[in-house]
This record gives sequence, structure tokens and C-alpha cells, in this order.
Amino acid sequence: MSALKAKHQRLVLVVVALIVLIGAGLLAAWALRNQASYFYVPAQIEADPPEIGRAVRLGGMVRKGSLQTLDDGITIAFIVSDGEAEVPVRFAGILPDLFVEGSGVVAEGRLGADGTFMADNLLAKHDENYVPRELQDMTEHQAREAVAETENAS
Amino acid sequence: MIAELGLAALWLAAALAALQLVTGFLAVKESGGEMAVLVRPAAMVQGLLCAAAFVMLLWLFVITDLSVKLVAMNSHSDKPLIFKLSGAWGNHEGSMLLWITVMALAGGLIALLERRLPERTMMATLGAQAFVGLGFYAFLLFSSNPFERLPQPAVEGLGLNPLLQDIGLAMHPPTLYFGYVGLSVAFSFAVGALLTRQVNPDFARAMRPWVLGAWIFLTLGITAGSYWAYYELGWGGWWFWDPVENASLMPWLAATALLHSASVLAARDALRVWTIMLGVVAFSMSMVGTFLVRSGILTSVHAFAVDPERGTFILALLAIYIGGALVLFALRAGSIAEGDRFSVSSREGALVVNNVMLSAILGIVLLGTLYPLLTEAFDVRVSVGPPYFNPVGAVFVFPMLIVMAVGPLLRWRQDDWQRVKRPLIATGLVTLATLVLAMMPGSIDLLPLLGLAFATGLAIASFLPLRGRALLRVPLATWGMVIAHFGIAVALFGMASESAFSQEKLAAVKVGESTRVGPWQVALAGVEPVAGPNWTAIEGRLLAMHDGGEAIELDPQARNFWAPPQETTESALATRWNGQLYAVIGNEAGQGRWQLRLWWKPFVTFIWYGGLLVALGGLLALIGRLSADLKRRAVYARAEARQRGVHA
Repeated sequence: MSALKAKHQRLVLVVVALIVLIGAGLLAAWALRNQASYFYVPAQIEADPPEIGRAVRLGGMVRKGSLQTLDDGITIAFIVSDGEAEVPVRFAGILPDLFVEGSGVVAEGRLGADGTFMADNLLAKHDENYVPRELQDMTEHQAREAVAETENAS
Repeated sequence: MIAELGLAALWLAAALAALQLVTGFLAVKESGGEMAVLVRPAAMVQGLLCAAAFVMLLWLFVITDLSVKLVAMNSHSDKPLIFKLSGAWGNHEGSMLLWITVMALAGGLIALLERRLPERTMMATLGAQAFVGLGFYAFLLFSSNPFERLPQPAVEGLGLNPLLQDIGLAMHPPTLYFGYVGLSVAFSFAVGALLTRQVNPDFARAMRPWVLGAWIFLTLGITAGSYWAYYELGWGGWWFWDPVENASLMPWLAATALLHSASVLAARDALRVWTIMLGVVAFSMSMVGTFLVRSGILTSVHAFAVDPERGTFILALLAIYIGGALVLFALRAGSIAEGDRFSVSSREGALVVNNVMLSAILGIVLLGTLYPLLTEAFDVRVSVGPPYFNPVGAVFVFPMLIVMAVGPLLRWRQDDWQRVKRPLIATGLVTLATLVLAMMPGSIDLLPLLGLAFATGLAIASFLPLRGRALLRVPLATWGMVIAHFGIAVALFGMASESAFSQEKLAAVKVGESTRVGPWQVALAGVEPVAGPNWTAIEGRLLAMHDGGEAIELDPQARNFWAPPQETTESALATRWNGQLYAVIGNEAGQGRWQLRLWWKPFVTFIWYGGLLVALGGLLALIGRLSADLKRRAVYARAEARQRGVHA
């Protein structure tokens, strides 16, 4: 308290605010660095898989003809491909509105011990123009290739 | 013809803005004083012209004039009227026109009503407002003309994205825009005050209603947007830390900080420079938000490259306004005298902590939103989601909640902790007791646990400022604060309860069978095809019973739109006072079964009730402030009249 009654209250306030803000920035930077490996495409999963059970996102194209509903009626299985590698995905739930074979998808979930990706959530369009950014990138970079390949495969 | 008239009105308005800019800034210099008479009328007429242009665009959508490109691209003659209207602003060009219309109307209102500030500061403020406006006129007229004609009229329109054909979403963007634009007015006031070095309580009082108004709209916009995402997207979440959502949250955080620091400046003549800085930051966040959403950079960096003109334009505007304001700030901040002093244990002290915490949260959200764009430049794809935002944000949210509970109890300037010790200890004990109680089941994560406890504590603490006072004589603004803080507690409780206690059930059910989720027994009574004006759907008829009570009918749909072709899920909700049952129907699952996804979300509705309470608090404060201003104005007028009487 005595410090603030000193001559330069404004200076003290600025310094305190700066310390907190820089602290927040450092904390954010540290936390963000841990996110760097949060997003995977199938080729990366094949080359350098995330630890089993760690929450990650998987992005790629849904291979044509790979979509099937299992016997329990609620589990859906499909294959995500990026033109280089393929990952089988299981998802228990209702498919999002814009989920179509041959188009892109981002799945949130974790890799199981058998190499199947267990998705908790499938991301689709949010509004008219907005697509998860990784997905857009995916379609721009690899869509044509990936679609052509999956079509040949089916 | 109407389209051409609209365009002409826009050009005229832009010319008036140029006039307002030049005469406004000339009037700031003593030499150009005689030009000052033009500034206020220019602002008012400009507002009317923009409003006229916007009405003409609405009319083009109502009559579905398919020779206008924007209408052909975004509307369809089959659409219900309300969605024809909302189609006018549910696209890039129309929404920018809405933006500039609201901005010009706001400028006109200040010109008409604001008489408290010194005339030179007013001229500088209106000049700054025109400066900001001109950039948007240029943007609209040169790269996003909403009135552009097609060489050949289209036969039929392309329609509006079905996800957007929803009343909630029809109202959502305008609400946010009112908020963004209100902050542009705060920005103009800040620049005006910097130019004439008149940073004083009068400045804060003039700016405050605009910040309050903007903040109310932002609060409503965020609340509505969250509820829309919740029931329309059909996956039961209410906040996704999606960049589009963050784009609306960041200005809200900045506006919240600005609101509180403006209160300190108005009441105590302290935090002068900080308030100016926040005025600049708040509008910067609006611009960043608009840039992120409208430039297409979020959709992808490639879309940004496909239409570089727009993105570059907004980015250039952002750089000019914010860069310019910051340079001005750096030049002038040193010459603004330090305001009144205060002790740490005072209401000012608490508000400073609150401001710093809000700024820290703002920084964290901003970094998390921009980080993927940054790494993209190095060709590394990153998703930043809840695992980052929730824990990192919480580090600053919870301390801020404590300050929210304590601050309003303290007196201005200097206070003694001993005076407020007893109620605070009592609140702390209740918080601790809730924490222990919530820990009993043992399955709740740390953040929801803390959320439940702090929500309870804050709910009690928010009413403490009223203790021992005659409730009818408490000023409206204080009621506003109490209710807004209580609203935060309510919303926090809803969020924590939703993530702590939600139950989910996914099942494949035959007609006639039933399934359970939480306390609900849900039977599938039938599945039928239904049709709407521009869609067909499969509709499930569910009978839901809460604890064996009366059956409530729920009709979730899986819809197919045909213009443009798209599928959407329409969730169905059963709302009770203590939560919501959320039902979605999916595809046929073979053997006559249908996929059903059901959630029981205890107290989830508190999230949005809380948001509404916060907005209500803001509204009460706004009414309180405005009526106090009117009273003061009446007193001055009477005093002046008496003086004149004496002299005569």
C-alpha cells in the first residue's frame, strides 16, 4: 500500500499490469506449444502416431464406399485418407449434417491400441462460409488427388 | 432504379463523411472555427442517407429483384418474408452496409444529442467518427458494392444457406454489429479526447452510454449465438472456442474492461490514460473480429488469397485506425496529467485488478485465435481448442471472480479491509462448503467443481452491496451492477453444471420401443415424413416422461433443403426449470431401427438466463445513467434560465 502512495502511482500500476499481462502471454505461449501436435493427418499417424488415448484431431477425406453402420445401429465406421495413408475411424453417434463420403472431415478423439481412431466428435461446417480451417486446407492441397485415388479404390 | 438510388445515397453519404472529416478537424484548430457549423448537420444527414440506402436494399430483397447480384446470390422467391429480409444482411456486402448504416446513425445521434463536452473535443470526435466511416465507405463502394446489377437478370435466386434460415440467426449478426459499432463511437470519443487533451470525467460520462449500449448488444449477441449453436447444430454443445465465436467474445471482454474503467474515470477522475487505451483496444477487437470473420482468412488462408482485395482492405483499415490511434496515444499519453490517487484497498484498486484480469483473458483468447494463422505461415497446421482455452483462461477467470465479489463492497478512494471482513468470510465459507459438497460424488473435473463453488459464492456476494440499504432508494445503476454480476454467477453455474452433470444416451430404437437417459424415459412413438416451404424432413415423434410424470411430445427432424441442397438436423428440446432434454434423430439404423441421440443437461438453461440477466443489468445501468444525465441537464437549464433572469 505504501508503495502506491509513493510519487509515481501511475508507474507502479503500469508495471504491475505489464507483469500480469506478460505472465499471461508466457502462460499462453507455453500452453500453445503443447498444442502443436494436436492435429494429425493419416500420413502423420502412420509415421509418428500420437500416444494411445491422447486427445487429438484427425483430418482427411472420407474414402468413398467406406462408410458403414455396424450391427448395433449406432456405431459408424469409415476410413479417413489423405492420399498417402489411411486410418480406420469409429464414431458412435449421429453423423453431422455435412458429412458425406468423398469429402473432408475433422474427427476429434483418440487413437486406440488396434490402430483404429475412436472419434468423440466429427466437425462439419459451422456456417455458410466457415469450414474448420485444417479441413479447407486439406481440400485445397489434397482433395483432388485423394478423391481420385479413393474413387479408383472403390 | 431502386438499386441505383441506393448506390447514389451511399456515395452522397460518403461525400458528407469527407466533409465532416475536413470541417471537423479544421474546427479543432482555432482558425477553422467558422466551418464548425457544418459538422453536426453533415453527421445527421449522413445517418439518414445510409438508413435510406439500407431500407432500399431491404426492399430489393422483399421484392426479390433478381437483376441485383446480391439478391440473386442470396435469396430465393420461395423463402418466407422474414428470411428474405434477413438474407439482406446474411452475406458479406449486406452486412457491411448494415455496419456502416448503424455507424452513420450513431454519428448522427452524437451530433444531435451530445452537448456536454467542450465544442472542440466534440468536433474532433465527430471528425474521428467520419475518418473511421470513410474507410468503410471506401470498402463498401470499391470492393463490396451491395447494389451491383447482373448483366442478365437471374431466373431464380440461389437461396440462403438453410442453417441460416432461423430466426435466432437472423437477429444475431445485427445484434453483434450494434455492439461493434457502439465501440467505434467509444473509439472516436477517445481519439477526440486525445486530440484536445480533454480526458476528464465529462469525457467518460459522454462515452459511457455508448460503451454500455454496445456491451448490452454484444452480451445479447453472444448469448443468442451460443443458444443458436446449441440447438441448431444438433450436437449439444454451447460454446466451441471457434474463431468466429472468439471474434465476438474479444470485443466483449474489452468492452467489459472499458465499462469498468470508464466508471472509475467518471466517478473519481482516475485511470485517464488507461481508459483511453481501452477505448482504442475495444474498437481494435471489433475490427479484428470483423477482419477474422469477413476476410475469409479463417475459412482458410487460401480463400484469403483467392479474394485478396477484401482481406487486404480490412487489414489496411485495421492498420490505419489502430496504428494511427496508437501513435496518437504514444504522442499524447505522456502529456495527460495523472488522475486522482487511490489506495489498493479501494473500489478503484479492485477495478484495476478486474481490468488487468480481463485484459489477460483477452490476450489469451486473442493469442489462441491467432496462433493457428501464425503457424500456418510456417506451414504447420495446429488446432487450438478447449484443452488450451479452458485451463489457461481459468487461471485468470477465477481470481477475477473473487475481485468481482469483493470490489463492489469497497468504498472509493480508500477503505479498510476490516469493514468488509465479515460478509466476505461468510461468502468464502459458503463457497468452500459448496466445493466440498460438490466433491462428494468424486467424479467431477476440477474446473466444473470450482465453477459450481465460485458461482454459488458470487451469487451471494453480488447481492451484498445492497445489504443495509433502503432498497427503493438504491440508484438504478447500482441495481444494474448487482443484477449483471448475479447474471455472471447464474451463467457460470449453468456452464459448470452442464459439464459436470450432463448425461448422454445414444441408441438405435424401433418404433414402439423406449430408452432411458438420466431421469427421463423416452419412447419412439413414430417416424413420419413431413414437408416445409423449402424442405422435406423425417420427423420422429418422441414421448418423454420425466420420472414417470406426464409425457411430453418431442419432434426432432432430419431436414433436407433443396435450395441450396443441404441436410440439417433440427433438435427438439424439453425444458424444465432444472434443465433440458435434448433430442436428435439420425439415420435409419437397419432392421427398422432409428438412431436417437439424447442428452439430459441439468441447469444448462442457466447459461442463457445468466446472459440475459447480464444484459438486463446493463440496460438498468444505462437507463439509470441516462435519466441521471437528463435530470442534471434540466437542473443546469433551470439555473441558466434563473441567471439570465437575474441579469435581465
